[in-house]
Amino acid sequence: MAAWLGWVIESNWTDPFLFAVYSIVKPISGAAILVVMYGIVTQGNFDSALFPYIYLGNAFYIYVGAVMTGVSWAVVDDREHYKTLKYMYIAPIYIPLYLLGRGVARFITGSIAVFITLAAGILFLNVKINFAEVDWLLFFVTLILGVVMLALLGLLLAGITLTVARHEGFIGEATAGALYIFSGAVFPLDVLPEWIRPVGYFMPTTYWLELLRRSLVGNVAQAFPTLANFSNLEILGILLGLSLFFGAVSIWVFKVCDARARELGLIDRTTNY
Amino acid sequence: MSTSLAIETKDLGRIYKLRGSKKETRKELVALQDVNLTVERGELFGLLGPNGAGKTTLIKVLTTLLSPTSGWARVAGADVHAEPDLVRPRINMVSGGESSGYGLLTVRENLWMFSQFYGVPSKEANERIEALLEMVGMKDRIHTKSSDLSTGLRQKMNIVRGFLTDPEVLFLDEPTLGLDVGASRDVRKFIIEWLKADKERTLLLTTHYMVEADELCDRVAIINKGRVLACDTPSALKHRLQKDVLFEIQVSPLNGLNQQMLVDQPEVTKAAITETETGAKLSLGLVEESALARVINLFTQRDVKVMNLNKREPTLEDVFVDLVGRSMAEEESNERS
Repeated sequence: MAAWLGWVIESNWTDPFLFAVYSIVKPISGAAILVVMYGIVTQGNFDSALFPYIYLGNAFYIYVGAVMTGVSWAVVDDREHYKTLKYMYIAPIYIPLYLLGRGVARFITGSIAVFITLAAGILFLNVKINFAEVDWLLFFVTLILGVVMLALLGLLLAGITLTVARHEGFIGEATAGALYIFSGAVFPLDVLPEWIRPVGYFMPTTYWLELLRRSLVGNVAQAFPTLANFSNLEILGILLGLSLFFGAVSIWVFKVCDARARELGLIDRTTNY
Repeated sequence: MSTSLAIETKDLGRIYKLRGSKKETRKELVALQDVNLTVERGELFGLLGPNGAGKTTLIKVLTTLLSPTSGWARVAGADVHAEPDLVRPRINMVSGGESSGYGLLTVRENLWMFSQFYGVPSKEANERIEALLEMVGMKDRIHTKSSDLSTGLRQKMNIVRGFLTDPEVLFLDEPTLGLDVGASRDVRKFIIEWLKADKERTLLLTTHYMVEADELCDRVAIINKGRVLACDTPSALKHRLQKDVLFEIQVSPLNGLNQQMLVDQPEVTKAAITETETGAKLSLGLVEESALARVINLFTQRDVKVMNLNKREPTLEDVFVDLVGRSMAEEESNERS
């Protein structure tokens, strides 16, 4: 039910042009900017292993923003825009499940954007993926595990969003932006100063992006030293462990924030902001 | 539900901590204080008070949206703070004066979605939606996107959303706020019919419209500044005042005459003043009818002209004035200032 509602809100087919801009033009433009920047910095060296590393990391990072902020944005949407959050709260539903359901729609629109970005890269930007060598099992297992992990992280942000009356719309974006730096999305973690790298090692998104790259372009990804000493199975284990850890933390944080929001009377507070 | 009480509160309190500037200490706003209420099953109970009296805060606590800071409350037999999951399947709420809902969804879709959250079978939900929309006179708008509805119709849709799940206890917070006269009448009629259909249904209604409380409610609690000042049937509340003779007088500008001067008159038991475009409207309670002459004499001394004068039966507004010392409108403007 929540997923259906989210889809209606996200797709808003009443204006197909805007939906096309949102779903197609935006991710391609984002990727194109990155490609142009890469081309200038490397003086057009698109044969380097760094190029697919960056391109794939950037493409799959769309999920981080879409799924994570999709879940937390539902709080802002229902509380501020539709003024329905209080009615959801008094209904006999499990609110975290409802919010996760709302994130499903963002996962679908995010998937469209990821697919289009990958297709554009392969067809027009010389991103080389040999489909015969793709480890599909690893790819889909990693993708699903990662999306669940991102949705649970979204729940953590949703909890924080509940307790924040202003600027709540930026929480998701700020977190996604921070993870962009520390997850090795567009550059290997080795580029970061040594003292700050542990932050990246603690982020499940780091291992998720690494495994996605390995499943699609295995050899190229292993050319980078960051996680080269770990096998695919080991990285999958770390990803699973961190996902469980962050999942448990997210549910706990949401419960604490939910109680706090009820104490402070924030469930139905609108700021007109 | 094991108890015959639909709602019970004991010493219920709610204090808001207000955040000022960084240098200021945190201020506290007492929204509810020592509220003790019992509402029987099948009762239509009214909370009457001016804006800011604490009515909405009480509803928020009773619907599990807000934790109390002292005391306790039980709804449908369950503690609203400790057992919200037991309370929620049995209640529903509608807030008036707001246009909530998903504008992209049609009226039917909006209502159907909420019915599914309460586990109403889809076929039954659709039948209820049609029947309820028929009752509020908007069945022809069932396939209209809610963003295309007027504010009044969207409010009616929300009222239907509240009734759709057939709750044991329904909370209506100012349900007719912002509705035109005809729509308000329809809603009041609908509320009465809904309650008549099942004697187990309980409805708690907040309003600052005296007529609404008087017309609808089995019992009324008058609330001001977070405290319940009186609680009884409307007729019993009004009966308290029948020792007084009540007059409503329309006068020209008061020329310095104020409420205190009127109350200081030995024959005047209470006085409320409402400013109007042409002067003022006075609601006076007098110990006996003959005292009117002396009040008129006071007007004459101040060159205040009487434009209209009516003797009338006491209303809940008079009860409020008797309890608070001011009319509800005066109380609201006093709170604002």
